[in-house]
Amino acid sequence: MSVQLTNRSKPVDRRPMNWVERLYLVNIFKGMAITLKHFFKKKATIKYPEETRPFSKVFRGLHILNRDEEGRERCTACGLCAVACPAEAITMEAAERQEGEEQLYREEKYAAKYEINMLRCIFCGYCEEACPKDAIYLSQTFTPANYQRKGFIYKKEDLLIPNPVTDPEGYQKALGTISREKEGV
Amino acid sequence: MYLLAIDWIFIIEKLVLIAGIVTLSMVVAMYATYGERKVAAFIQDRIGPNRAGPFGLLQPLADGGKLFFKEEIIPLASSKFLFILGPLLAMVTALLTSAVIPWGANMSIGDRVVPLQVADVNIGILYVFGVVSLGVYGIMLGGWASNNKFSLLAAIRGASQMVSYELAMGLSLIAVLMLTGSLQMSVIVGEQYNSVWNIVYQPIGFIIFFICALAETNRTPFDLPEAENELNFGYHQEYSSMKLGFYLFAEYINMFISGVIMATLYFGGYDIPFVNEARLATHIGENWVALLTFLTLMAKALFFVFVFMWIRWTIPRFRFDQLMRLGWKRLIPLALANMIITALVILWLKK
Repeated sequence: MSVQLTNRSKPVDRRPMNWVERLYLVNIFKGMAITLKHFFKKKATIKYPEETRPFSKVFRGLHILNRDEEGRERCTACGLCAVACPAEAITMEAAERQEGEEQLYREEKYAAKYEINMLRCIFCGYCEEACPKDAIYLSQTFTPANYQRKGFIYKKEDLLIPNPVTDPEGYQKALGTISREKEGV
Repeated sequence: MYLLAIDWIFIIEKLVLIAGIVTLSMVVAMYATYGERKVAAFIQDRIGPNRAGPFGLLQPLADGGKLFFKEEIIPLASSKFLFILGPLLAMVTALLTSAVIPWGANMSIGDRVVPLQVADVNIGILYVFGVVSLGVYGIMLGGWASNNKFSLLAAIRGASQMVSYELAMGLSLIAVLMLTGSLQMSVIVGEQYNSVWNIVYQPIGFIIFFICALAETNRTPFDLPEAENELNFGYHQEYSSMKLGFYLFAEYINMFISGVIMATLYFGGYDIPFVNEARLATHIGENWVALLTFLTLMAKALFFVFVFMWIRWTIPRFRFDQLMRLGWKRLIPLALANMIITALVILWLKK
């Protein structure tokens, strides 16, 4: 006796069919009863634009470059995310913070250019884990479709979260529910 | 109103009736496409079309519009006249059958009695069979004129299938004709009106007739002429835009008409079950009863249309040899036996 994966398996019956079975009509009626039962069942469809399927708790979607509470960019362009990235989707260029830019960038160094190629990205979440500054997060959205390849290379302005000071509403929206839970932890 | 010795009101009455029935068949066929998609969806735990209009009710219009505006292609190697004639013939034969069907009890307008039937010919059911067998030409011409091997193969399959199933259909029908003693559709209905429905006496005959009707309308499990996997779409493979639409439309009209015929032959036609129509007429008037009887017939026919769809989404397609074996070795002997037993019982009861 082999291991049963479900309790619905039935032994194969290889006896020759009797007269009633050879008529097929009985079995056809049985089949039709089954399809009719499905006719009245609850439908599995999710009407997409109106309803959306809830994401799993561990869903990894599009990236966000995070800011701190004062609206300063957290990223210091250390490059650990790029190193951790198995698909080599992340590229960046660092720059030094100038005098008077303290309200823009949190550390002395910042990413002047930060790009993620969404066609290469495999959404493994290693960048999120590698980041020592809590700057990069994977959010709860999909990559939208695009007509051109270059549209999939997300620049810093595409990734950067809205400023919590000037645009608190957009910031909360971009955080989503799960990211907020993560921040709480 | 007689003018030039012609009863013009009679002609106008018939023209109105014809226009009404053709429109009805068209509308039913249109919404049968929608119904088919909905039934399919519901059986497969989906919702089906729900975007165009409330509940997707405008979907047939959208589909029709799409078919009209699609590019029309006539293959260079085809024989053009026959290529165009094919879908035309399919459509015409599908619509012609409706002429002899009694659609409801008599109406009275003024002091005229208006029967809801275009032509009450005394060979009614024979006419139906004659026209239905012409339906083969639509498929054959379509397949042959496309000059495509797959289409031709499918057309041949369709033709042989329709010819073989017509035999069993006719034989099962003979038992009904022996019960009523008439080929006239109105008499067949009238007989059931006054006593019980034919299904009570002829359950096996009905099952045979039903299976054959499925085969005649090329519905699953007998839709071999349009087997998309084996013959890449079959006899209408080369057809595009509205000519394809005509073929598909003709199938739905056929389905509706065969539903009506089955209701007429076996389920009492426009007879409202458990209701004495004559007594009802004295209460609410003859015309209202006529309307009710018409609606009853429609309900019965649409139920059969639903069953056709239900079967389509339940049973897989036959293999061709299985189909032929079922037709020739099972249904025809069974229909013959049914016929002989009916005849014997009638003889025995008469004695």
